Amino acid sequence: MHLYIAKRLAALVPILFGLTLVVFFIMALIPGDPALAILGAYATPENVARLNAQLGLDESLPVQYLTWLGNLLQGDLGRSYSLNRPVLDEVLERFSATLILAGAALVLCTIFGLLAGIVSAVRQYGLADKAVTLLVLVGISMPSFWLGLLLILFFAVELRWLPASGMYAIYGGGDLPDLLSHLILPAATLAAVATGVVARLTRSAMLEVLRQDFIRTARAKGLPERRVIYVHAFKAALVSIIPVIGIQAGFVLGGAVYIETVFQWPGIGRMLVQAISTRDILLVQGGVLVVAASYVLINLLVDVLQSLVDPRVKA
Amino acid sequence: MNASTAPILETSGLGKTFGGGRTLLGARKPQVHAVRDVTLAVAPGETLGVVGESGCGKSTLARMLVGLVPPTSGTIALDGQALTDAAKAGPRAFGRTIQYVFQDPTSALNPRKTIRQILEAPLIHLIEADAPARERRVAELMDIVSLRPEFLERYPHEFSGGQAQRIGIARALAAEPRIVVLDEPVSALDVSVQAQVLNLLSDLRTRLGLTYLFISHDLAVVEAIAERVAVMYFGRVVETGPVDEVFRAPRHPYTRLLLSSAPAIGARAEASDAPQAELPDPTRPPPGCAFAGRCPNVRDDCRTAPPPLVPMGRGRAAACLHPLPAEGADGPA
Amino acid sequence: MSAISTSSSAGDAARTPERPKRRSFLRLLLRNRLAGLGLVVLAAIVAIAILAPILPLADPNATAPANRLLPPLSEGHLLGTDELGRDLLSRLVWGTRLSLFMGVAATLVAALLGSTIGLVAGYFGGRLDNALMRSIDMLMAFPYILLALAIVAVLGPGLLNALYAVAIVNIPFFARNIRGVTVGLSHKDFVEAARLSGMGHGRILVSEVLPNVMPVIVITMSTTVGWMILETAGLSFLGLGSQPPQADLGSILGEGRKVMLTAPHVTTIAGITIFLLVMSINLVGDGVRDALDPRLSAGALARPAPVTRIARAKNADDAAPPEGSPALAVRRLSTRFEVGERIYRAVNDVSFTIRRGECLGLVGESGSGKSVTALSLLGLVPSPPGVIRAGRVWREGEDVLSLSREKLRALRGGRVSYIFQDPLTTLHPLFTVGDQLVEAIRAHRPASHAEAWTQAVALLDRVRIPAAADRAEALPHELSGGMRQRVAIAMALANEPDLIIADEPTTALDVTVQAQILALLDELRRESGLALLFITHDFGVVSQLCDRVAVMYAGKIVEEGPTQAVLEAPAHPYTRLLIACVPILGSGKRALDAIPGLPPAVDRLPDGCAFAPRCPRATAACKEGEIPPVSVADRRSARCLYAGEVMRAATEGSAA
Repeated sequence: MHLYIAKRLAALVPILFGLTLVVFFIMALIPGDPALAILGAYATPENVARLNAQLGLDESLPVQYLTWLGNLLQGDLGRSYSLNRPVLDEVLERFSATLILAGAALVLCTIFGLLAGIVSAVRQYGLADKAVTLLVLVGISMPSFWLGLLLILFFAVELRWLPASGMYAIYGGGDLPDLLSHLILPAATLAAVATGVVARLTRSAMLEVLRQDFIRTARAKGLPERRVIYVHAFKAALVSIIPVIGIQAGFVLGGAVYIETVFQWPGIGRMLVQAISTRDILLVQGGVLVVAASYVLINLLVDVLQSLVDPRVKA
Repeated sequence: MNASTAPILETSGLGKTFGGGRTLLGARKPQVHAVRDVTLAVAPGETLGVVGESGCGKSTLARMLVGLVPPTSGTIALDGQALTDAAKAGPRAFGRTIQYVFQDPTSALNPRKTIRQILEAPLIHLIEADAPARERRVAELMDIVSLRPEFLERYPHEFSGGQAQRIGIARALAAEPRIVVLDEPVSALDVSVQAQVLNLLSDLRTRLGLTYLFISHDLAVVEAIAERVAVMYFGRVVETGPVDEVFRAPRHPYTRLLLSSAPAIGARAEASDAPQAELPDPTRPPPGCAFAGRCPNVRDDCRTAPPPLVPMGRGRAAACLHPLPAEGADGPA
Repeated sequence: MSAISTSSSAGDAARTPERPKRRSFLRLLLRNRLAGLGLVVLAAIVAIAILAPILPLADPNATAPANRLLPPLSEGHLLGTDELGRDLLSRLVWGTRLSLFMGVAATLVAALLGSTIGLVAGYFGGRLDNALMRSIDMLMAFPYILLALAIVAVLGPGLLNALYAVAIVNIPFFARNIRGVTVGLSHKDFVEAARLSGMGHGRILVSEVLPNVMPVIVITMSTTVGWMILETAGLSFLGLGSQPPQADLGSILGEGRKVMLTAPHVTTIAGITIFLLVMSINLVGDGVRDALDPRLSAGALARPAPVTRIARAKNADDAAPPEGSPALAVRRLSTRFEVGERIYRAVNDVSFTIRRGECLGLVGESGSGKSVTALSLLGLVPSPPGVIRAGRVWREGEDVLSLSREKLRALRGGRVSYIFQDPLTTLHPLFTVGDQLVEAIRAHRPASHAEAWTQAVALLDRVRIPAAADRAEALPHELSGGMRQRVAIAMALANEPDLIIADEPTTALDVTVQAQILALLDELRRESGLALLFITHDFGVVSQLCDRVAVMYAGKIVEEGPTQAVLEAPAHPYTRLLIACVPILGSGKRALDAIPGLPPAVDRLPDGCAFAPRCPRATAACKEGEIPPVSVADRRSARCLYAGEVMRAATEGSAA
């Protein structure tokens, strides 16, 4: 087990390295002159050249990359010109907000997706199954940004039960209940599609497993049906469910972009959209890198989880 | 059988190793010697049976003979002509002389092709026959395997296992090969259909003057169809010779174990006296005889080096340092 | 030697293959009502979008500040106007057209590139596969939408750029899916057969592999196109896709958001349109998947119930409980598989008795109903589609099939236990064999885990597994086939049963291992006096192990009697031919006695004796009416009008 984790951690190094390469060179491809963008259209050519030299942009790409990587290893992602603060500070602050939102959504979609999927499989073709199937279909066909608007209109504008936007109340907020009340709507919106995907997959994985020979064996040795379904079938089904939950983790991390925009959540997605519009390249670079790196770590966690459920992958 | 006829198929020191090499980090990947040092000769018109249990390498051997698996060592000679670079020659180089019949007849037919398309493929690609010639040959093939010509436009899923195997045989015969490798051709079929296909095969052999390499785990089937037999264990040929003699008086203890294990009508179930050891780990083969762990006659020298296949007279050979007596009391069960 | 020896050309070869009705794809699709509904809605939306240029619509981009934010049903503006006074209906129709185009185009691009990568990687394998899939993994290291954002950041906001971004992001999805299928296919025998036919790799990829992968590509496309429409709309919603004045559905929604509180109709109408479009596509997509995936359309994904459905006719002529106290007595059992209108009579009027301590062999070819018989005894036939339509299974004066669920559960693995064919698939892959044994013990008697574990190790020891205490910690895949089957036997012995039902327990094993397992079973049976129902296709195995034998053909027991007597002088022509066509070791090289023809399909059984069409003795009388079993000797019967003659002929033949 430890060996497996160690191996996986070792394999992480080249992936993270590749990630920095991809992120750096994608951003290097961006047309336009960053110095020009910073100084504005009325900058003199001399000023532009001076700023380029200052930013190291007159060097060759590999040199630029090495410098950038060196700085990165020291925790320096550069300075955002549009916000005029270090990229890393901004990114970490925004990313923690996104993690709260995406984490809540992931928990919601896992719990409800698994429950709905199991119920649906156990009561195949029953009323509950049909209801779940329909809800799943609605869930995955609904544009999440519109669902968010609908929820705001209904719960925040009509009923005034929950706040419409932001992470904390502007006056007097800041505690946990305040955060939770702001979190409910965006997290539920973000989880909607993912829940549908998890439920659908859980249903088909359970149905697939329930047809296997070892389920017949479990019944033939006289196990109670509850144990057959919730222990034997579910454990085997988890093997194909866990990777999908991993994919959903990436999905909610990315999908947060829409939800943060709709609910004005101060997360990294919204930051990225703004940074793209203002062409704040260092900010985009830092944001993408941090999210991607964290996603790699999440995938590692998923793999470790998988190896706990299925000891065969250790080999 | 007849020492004067030149063999039509010959292998010398043929071997296949899977895996091996190193990972990116330099760790050795496990290596499996599926087939080691197989030297065989098959005379024209003869049927050589190859028997052994799963994992003994008989299928890998068969696939090397038709070019599906490139050998890692040794040579193959067809019709006296050595294929100089057997490792590089693809099935196309073999296809006109030697063909192959698969174990599972339905999986060997592309579900999205008609029988006509399947039978025409070798005619187009191996002998480049023109359309009228193909038409004639396809009709002929259907006749040879006793299938009605109207089946040509049907798809594989419409056929029973026995019929599908007839189609597989027809395809193998399309380019008029002289040797056919039959890899467990009847073991996926029900017993009542098995006999039909076996009879068809022996019929075709006489009619078309074919040479067979017949691979099977079923000793009784091999006895019914083959003249000579090669017994394989753990990648090596451990005994060869005329079928009736080998089965009547095996010289290698493994052959005897196989024979006594075959369930036969009228015999009682008995645990063999052999210890219940399993096959050795193929990634870490023992230094000596691979059967030593299960052999009742094992002695110390068995565990030092793999025993070579030594001639024992009357066309027989066995790879055993302490072979069983020539005409022992141990007949087939 | 035999008058009925037939040439190979007879029988099976001449039989016309079964021609299943080919149902058209559209009919299959429309059988699914939801998919039909989706198709209608989608067709309507697509028609409107295509016809947009010739429909009498206002200019979607003509602004009219005076008419801003008119509510729906205003004069001249059916759906009202937006904040610049543009006609919303017109903008929606044109926006739908654009969104639809974007989604379809992105899907096509992703499918083309992704499938090509998947096909090539999967077919050629090795280094090429590694290199391609590692780069795909690199793409997948970015959370999905984030990657699209990064690409838009590089290319700059814009419609086409959003399209590229969404397409690129979806390439890994196609590549991985298609690669998986291709890897499976390229190891199939038919690909090697094509190589043996002289075909080159390129040709095989295109003409052998691609046609088989195509359904998967179509399914993947139909299930992702809706998603890609949402995705491109999402980018436009963020202002990174279509740029004003051009608008797709996403940007209409995005613009409407600014006036959401004063004029909610703009977002609502745009939202509903996206939802309807995507929902209809998803419905059709699911329908396409179900229609193209034969496993699903056959209803094979149905979940088997814990107990077979039992629907026996009332007042059926059921025999009274059997005399004496046999281990098991089956009376007139019939089990069918009912799939739609087709009824497969897998087990038909089967009766037999197993005395205490006796071993009965049930012999037959595949499809003869022997396994279904075995599973029916404790209600383990999967249903749907299995239904027990008639019969009783008597045990200790009770009908097992009438027991309550709980009593049946207690019986399973308690006094009656099973051993199945392939121990790799019949043991749970994720639990250690020790835990699986512990579970079997604790399902039937109260015991602590530690006590049960000790017993489990003792059981493994009893089936002669060396180093039992260590092996108990092993997972099934860590054991060899023979060891796994010993574990399965140990599990069957866990609660000291008096009857074990063994369904082809040695068929998957090599002969030397089979011999060991048979010897073990025989020993255990003698030492604990348990009865055994042994299902096999191999007369050799039966003769080694069984006191009595019953031969099945097309769902019926055609002959039953003491093993020795049946083997020496079969009373049913099928038994006789079946024994004759198996080569026997020691008989030398020879032609075999083949049985002409094939067993009948059990959904279309002929009248009279099902074997009559293949039987050399058959007369007109054999082909009509039910042929009951006739007693030919003490505890021996056969379903043949000429049983006595067949038996006499066999006796004389062997004497001669």
